[in-house]
Amino acid sequence: MFRNQYDSDVTVWSPQGRLHQVEYAMEAVKLGTATVGLKNRDVAVLVALSKPSSELSASQRKIIPIDDHLGISIAGITADARVISRYLRSECLSYKHSYGSAYPVSRLITNLGNKMQTTTQRYDRRPYGVGLLVGGYDEKGPHIYQVTPSATFYNCKANSIGSRSQSARTYLERNLDKFLNSSNEQLICDGIQAIHGSLPTDELQSNNEDAPQLNITIAIVGKDQPFKILNELETKKYLSMAKLKGTPAEPSRPDDDEASTSRPDQADSGPRDPEVAVATEEL
Amino acid sequence: MLNNYNSMAQPLWQNGPTPGAFYNFTGGQQQTQKLPKELTTAGPFGTKRSTSSITTGSSVLGIRYDGGVMIAADTLVSYGSLARYQNIDRVFPINKSIILGGGGDFADIQSIKRTIDQKMIEDQCYADGISMKPKALSSWLTRVLYNRRSRMNPLYIDVVVGGIEQDGTPFLANVDLRGRAHEDYVVATGFARHLALPLVRERKPKDRDFTAEEASELIRKCMEVLYYRDTRNMAQYTVGVCNATGTTIDGPCKVSENWSFAATIKGY
Repeated sequence: MFRNQYDSDVTVWSPQGRLHQVEYAMEAVKLGTATVGLKNRDVAVLVALSKPSSELSASQRKIIPIDDHLGISIAGITADARVISRYLRSECLSYKHSYGSAYPVSRLITNLGNKMQTTTQRYDRRPYGVGLLVGGYDEKGPHIYQVTPSATFYNCKANSIGSRSQSARTYLERNLDKFLNSSNEQLICDGIQAIHGSLPTDELQSNNEDAPQLNITIAIVGKDQPFKILNELETKKYLSMAKLKGTPAEPSRPDDDEASTSRPDQADSGPRDPEVAVATEEL
Repeated sequence: MLNNYNSMAQPLWQNGPTPGAFYNFTGGQQQTQKLPKELTTAGPFGTKRSTSSITTGSSVLGIRYDGGVMIAADTLVSYGSLARYQNIDRVFPINKSIILGGGGDFADIQSIKRTIDQKMIEDQCYADGISMKPKALSSWLTRVLYNRRSRMNPLYIDVVVGGIEQDGTPFLANVDLRGRAHEDYVVATGFARHLALPLVRERKPKDRDFTAEEASELIRKCMEVLYYRDTRNMAQYTVGVCNATGTTIDGPCKVSENWSFAATIKGY
């Protein structure tokens, strides 16, 4: 069952200059629940939505602590994320052992990108099916990085990945200017409001605070603040605080995920580097 | 940089049997890391290790003051008791915020210096504005030197690392051939440990750091004492300075010699 003649192997190009297997891996990110990352001058915040896969199971862990100065939030295949987080942890630990200081976030992500890239160039490997939002703090301040299965990484002011994340991105874009100077509390509230849009519409309507759909995980890292996943009490505090402040992001429309791939904000900015776009059927 | 991604760039054919052999599904583990070459390969005369230093630099003296650090060492590299090389700098600028002074076997100093320089180039290749800091370098040196001593093949060096940390605070430390390290406002290697350390310590004000002038004057005084009292010393020395504006190596400076008292010494 192929969608395309040239997608049977990662190492095979299509005549259009695309790697279909890599593009399919990018789709795996959109199967995971949404997660948001944003930062101000001092801290980076990750907010993730987790949903139990069945009524019998607990919800998956969406935010993984890596080191005191760094953590990741994932969307996609959790098992792949675990492998990546093990790599990141051992890199950070080994760096700390050698140099006695925290691994600069940009360098760690560059090396992770290099590791992930090899999987897109070998016939006996497959790309990692997971997207990451990395929140970290180092000598250059707080950082949010997005890492995709195609091994591309972006240094972001704020971003969101996962299913129905377009509405969160719209919210972030609209409020981008105020993040830099906002307080930590306000930043967390903005993260919560952004992610509200990616909740399924029916669950949003049953707006009951104890409902399991509001299973939001929040993590914060920054100046004088080691990476910390907020506990239930703190999370509840911020959820109600966010409710008082302003309107949450509008719930997404079903076609949002497709719209996100066309990147209308960059459409006419002149020539661009080729990048892996998401596969669409062209017949 | 301790990245491991090179270990991901495996040979094109791997995870499989060598050509002509069969898959071994149960024992597919890769061989554990090989021992370093010097422990496994015997040379024509057996495995050799250095057991002492050959060409040596003597004392290095470092002083931390309120706005930076100064490290001084004379320019002599001896071959035994022979003053073999008389014009060699032993204080090096490493990058904008680190200086390093090296005593002990000069070949080993040159070797570790080359490795450090290569690390600085790698730092620059990232082009992300992040450079190594003195604390990180001294920590790294500790690891390397302790590792070498554990392999019974130490680098016969005694180094002083100094510089400015990210937050602007000066840092000064000493790392020796066994990977021992300590941090203080004054550190010294070789004979300076006996001759210069007490001189500096007795002039340390209790309530504040040295000023640049005080540090500079102390360095001058100590290098003079070292020249008079340490036979492996020379009148010429260089001083590395690292402060907020960057790193410089001053000199060579001369000890102001005065041998008029020599005529009064009797009994030899």
